[in-house]
Amino acid sequence: MQTAIDIRTVTKTYGTFTALHGVSLSIMDNEFFTLLGPSGCGKTTLLRMIAGFEDVTKGDILLFGQNIAALDPNLRPVNTVFQQYALFPHMSVIDNVAFGLKMKGFDLPTRRKRAGEMLDMVHLSSFADRLPAQLSGGQQQRVALARALAPQPKVLLLDEPLSALDLKLRQAMRMELKQLQQDTGITFIFVTHDQEEALTMSNRIAVMSAGHVQQIGTPRDIYESPVNRFVADFIGETNLLEVEVASITGDLAQVILPGGHSITCSTATHDPGRHHLSIRPERLTLGPVGTGLEATVDQVIYLGTDLQVLVRLDGGTPLQIRIQNAARIEVPEPGTRIGLQLEEGAARLLAD
Amino acid sequence: MAAPTPTTAPDSGASSDATYRSARVPLLLPTWLVIGFFLILPVALMAVYSFLTKEMRGGVIWEFSLAAYDQFFINRGLFGDEPASLEWTYISVFGRSIAQAATATTLCLLIGFPTAWFIATRAPATRGVWLFLITVPYWVNLLIRTVSLRFLIRENGPLNDALLGSGLIAEPLALINTNFAVQLGLFYSYLPFMVLPIYAAVERYNFTLSEAAADLYASRWVTLRDIVLPIVKPGIIAGCLLVFIPSLGAFLAPNLLGGAKNFMIGSLIEEQFKRSLGNWPFGAAVSMILMSLVLVLLLLYARSMARAEAR
Ligand SMILES: Nc1ncnc2c1ncn2[C@@H]1O[C@H](COP(=O)(O)OP(=O)(O)OP(=O)(O)O)[C@@H](O)[C@H]1O
Ligand SMILES: [Mg+2]
Repeated sequence: MQTAIDIRTVTKTYGTFTALHGVSLSIMDNEFFTLLGPSGCGKTTLLRMIAGFEDVTKGDILLFGQNIAALDPNLRPVNTVFQQYALFPHMSVIDNVAFGLKMKGFDLPTRRKRAGEMLDMVHLSSFADRLPAQLSGGQQQRVALARALAPQPKVLLLDEPLSALDLKLRQAMRMELKQLQQDTGITFIFVTHDQEEALTMSNRIAVMSAGHVQQIGTPRDIYESPVNRFVADFIGETNLLEVEVASITGDLAQVILPGGHSITCSTATHDPGRHHLSIRPERLTLGPVGTGLEATVDQVIYLGTDLQVLVRLDGGTPLQIRIQNAARIEVPEPGTRIGLQLEEGAARLLAD
Repeated sequence: MAAPTPTTAPDSGASSDATYRSARVPLLLPTWLVIGFFLILPVALMAVYSFLTKEMRGGVIWEFSLAAYDQFFINRGLFGDEPASLEWTYISVFGRSIAQAATATTLCLLIGFPTAWFIATRAPATRGVWLFLITVPYWVNLLIRTVSLRFLIRENGPLNDALLGSGLIAEPLALINTNFAVQLGLFYSYLPFMVLPIYAAVERYNFTLSEAAADLYASRWVTLRDIVLPIVKPGIIAGCLLVFIPSLGAFLAPNLLGGAKNFMIGSLIEEQFKRSLGNWPFGAAVSMILMSLVLVLLLLYARSMARAEAR
């Protein structure tokens, strides 16, 4: 597969503040790639550098092999869906969508036809002559999408395009966006701080924090094989405990839990010593005493689809467990002694 | 974010509607008083005066007469005995004034737009300083500032001194009593009226739109033409009106800097109300004609805007 965007040790500083520290990423052609991270981690900065709105302090950005780091934004075959849509308020919906085509020099009939098709694609054909102010937020969002897709860019950049929508619409738009990406075959670089959004839509995710890329991988990689505490904690819920490594052989580590039990798990490190262990709450199962780790139930919290059980290992380490709120579930009473089993892949030894 | 919109409509039908109507009169009274006293009354007075007979030393005789309008439009020769033809003297004063005002407006726009843009794109904290600097000259009376302009550009004034000193010119330039001086005076007097409304419009402009345009392959120039200018147009038009209208009726700059041959409407009107030359009905008539002209221009503009909107 071809590399669409190659970001090579890109650094961005604002005065004395460094927003990005030597970030390197390769994004494949036809990929739905997500930049995920908490507020202020530099997602928008990176996206704006790809679009050309911010200068690159150091490093290179290659688009299909061509270095574009010094190119003006209007010369880059890359289009953006802005967070607040940035629709031209004085132009009708169809003129907004046709703007990029007009700038690329297409004649009027072609512009009309192509813009019309784009509006069809986002189900807004009947709104062609309205002004942006006469549309709902979700409709404006679709216009922004159609406008950015109309010139058939090689890469589409989307900066939290769904964050201004309500939950239901957001969920519907996720599916539509994903579908659109598959239908058009355009590379999408999608920015979000919503991990659920990232997991459901992406081919691959780059998890960022404080100007560094922490991990790049498929949603499954990121969730099941986090490399460090930040990733394990940011994606989904987890139990983090400090453990002593007994031995590491290949991809498996033997670690000793605070209570003295020893377990085997996958590992992100080959250094012995003290590390953190991540245990996913839904990969723990409750059983009778005598099976697995001994623990005492502290509290049971009702969450609707799930129950959250807070337990304490013998030795004092607290753990949370998720069990499905199924019809025939036996809800343990606080104070009950139980046995805890770690399912396959429940625990992972982290690098830090 | 979804705060309930406060309902301004009366909630209980007809009875409160009546209350609303009866309350309207006292509430609107101050507005009507201000408009009546400061707008309708003076204009009505002018309109009436323009149809009265002049008193030789200023003032009017309460006797209906069309003499003022006759004097403006109709030429009957020096002794009033030739066949009537169109009088060009005053119409040409109007023409010259319109040309001067239009030039001043264009100059103010050319300088004012970049200035407003510059201020609006500074960091918010420093914008205030720039705006303050723009308004500082307004603390001094316009008359005094216009007179000082005269000193600046006179033959042995600082401008000529500097130009002579730098060797750019060999002879001092005679700038006073030229069109250039009037232009300079108008430009100087009214520039802030161009800068401020454009500043207000640019400051509200969402610069992400320019990024969006660049993202869609528009060059800087096309972005300015197709995105920025249409959006800040109301500010530009407000600025142009605020410069053009007072420039048209200005009399300080033409009087103090332009001399007799660069006479403008403002001076013509002003002269009619001076004791020595006084012809109040004529002054009133010229004012009425000027006002009608401005109104017609405004109406034409409003109509073209409405048509553009409908499209
Ligand atoms: N023009 C600027 N000048 C100085 N610092 C800036 C500038 N733009 C961004 N930053 C800083 O760079 C860091 C990264 O900002 P960025 O907008 O990329 O964050 P983000 O990951 O997109 O966050 P969010 O999820 O809140 O949008 C932030 O700490 C921000 O304060
Ligand atoms: Mg951002």
